[in-house]
Amino acid sequence: MFGLLEQLKKDVRFIEGLNSCINCGICTAICPAAQFYEYDPRQIADTLQRGNEDEIERLMKSDTIWYCGECLSCKTRCPRGNTPGYLIQALRNVAQQSGFYVFSERGRQQLEIKRRIGDNILKYGYCVYVDEIDTDYHPEQGPVWDWYRQNTETILKRLNANYRGDGAGTLRKISEADLNELRSIFDKTGALKQFEDIEKTADG
Amino acid sequence: MVKDVKEQQWPDYQKEIAPDNYYYARSCIRQNFFPGSEETFLKIVGKVLGKDIYDDPHQTTCTGIAYHSGIIPMETTMTVVARQFSLMNDAGYKNFLASCVTSFGIYTEMVETWEHFPETLEKTTDYLVRATGRSFKLPENLVHTSDIIYKFRNEIASMSKIRLVNKHSGKPLRVVEHIGCHYAKIFPKKGVGGAEFPKVLTGMIETWGGEVIDYPERRHCCGFGFRNYIVKEDRGYSLSNTKKKFDSMEPYKPDFIVTNCPGCTFFLDRWQYVLAESEGKTYDANGYGIPVLTYEEMAGLVLGFDPWEMGMQLHQVSVETLLDKLGVVYDKKEKYLGHEKQNIGIPEMPVVLKT
Repeated sequence: MFGLLEQLKKDVRFIEGLNSCINCGICTAICPAAQFYEYDPRQIADTLQRGNEDEIERLMKSDTIWYCGECLSCKTRCPRGNTPGYLIQALRNVAQQSGFYVFSERGRQQLEIKRRIGDNILKYGYCVYVDEIDTDYHPEQGPVWDWYRQNTETILKRLNANYRGDGAGTLRKISEADLNELRSIFDKTGALKQFEDIEKTADG
Repeated sequence: MVKDVKEQQWPDYQKEIAPDNYYYARSCIRQNFFPGSEETFLKIVGKVLGKDIYDDPHQTTCTGIAYHSGIIPMETTMTVVARQFSLMNDAGYKNFLASCVTSFGIYTEMVETWEHFPETLEKTTDYLVRATGRSFKLPENLVHTSDIIYKFRNEIASMSKIRLVNKHSGKPLRVVEHIGCHYAKIFPKKGVGGAEFPKVLTGMIETWGGEVIDYPERRHCCGFGFRNYIVKEDRGYSLSNTKKKFDSMEPYKPDFIVTNCPGCTFFLDRWQYVLAESEGKTYDANGYGIPVLTYEEMAGLVLGFDPWEMGMQLHQVSVETLLDKLGVVYDKKEKYLGHEKQNIGIPEMPVVLKT
């Protein structure tokens, strides 16, 4: 109907990820997500192999495609060289391009991830950054993190880091020139557009 | 006969690790969560082993966490990887060394994709020149930092101040080794020992006198799960998967855990704190939990480095139970001091987990 399969086939991860699934279920047996959620990577491969557009659309609109943790254990174990984890990457990609991701609660979480990881990259050049992590959102960090945050400069100096400093070293400030190269890559390759789309479509 | 087959097969599980002249690509998670380990690695490779290693101020994130959370296109990650390689070219190096297992997986995946789909290499080359004016050549050798410590494990042993042996009983310490999934599960031929017989950490442990524990969930993921951890309400996935590993290893009474992945070290450390405080459960006999080390911390202790100068005070599970078993000489009063040895207070004590 929307040529979703055709869109998926443009993604090299789809081509690499689906050879010929024999439905043996080894991927499901090894999958950490399958042990925690109602999630079955064997069914992902099977649905895509059948190629029914309605089924694929339902999948893209569901929470299901967002459960995978991308550990890629399935790639090691599949006896036929399939990789359900790659198929998930391709599905998530097309679900976002088509806008189907906003139909699921898990899909809409892309906004939270964009703001917590994507914005860090553009601001600092790091995926995660000490100044942005607190124990309100990350209580698992524990009291040692609060102590680290209260004393970041002196602790990092003791450890010979270069926190917010120029030049090389642990947690150095990444220069504006280098950040601009990174931002330019994000612009030219479509990541900035994807960030804008997430802000527009997932927020509300 | 069995031995013959093993010897014939073992070369398939080896990888080439350059002997010197490394371009060092840093880890986002490790710089933030275990900053001392980044510096310890540079000290071991540069000062102790006398190798040439270049720490480039121009490098950035590889975007790995964003890529595996699906918020950026694959083309973006490919082009950022290409820029890192271009920086390596500029610096005059050919041996690329990734300090993060997620990054190692990312670099390896992008290089493999360029080989399988040459049109993606053309496209990346075009993106990079349009975005930055840069060009790039692939590294001749692409390895993870744990590969380097593994390669020089015997040299480190020859300079060791202590061995991984319980000084009270004289017996080898019992060690759980955990390999980050993206070290060898995606591309088994790129890891020492592959995905089936990972040797990178067991090689260090056994060379330095410890005993490796085999347990049912040894190869289960630490539970990071990228987006499953980043979003607060989904974090039960991460905790549950890590708990599965703790429950499985507990009967074997490990003295410590060592991992080769910054994320795994973090989760195996912090989820012990959460399980202690929320469930009242600790995984050792005395309520302190099982210390979780990076491989540099393990190597540093073997070489006689001070635990607090390596940043081991930033673990939530305290490491003193292990230091005492090893016979490491340390000053408890120095643990929480600032850079001029000034008093900066101490972290609040957890209610259940002893520190």
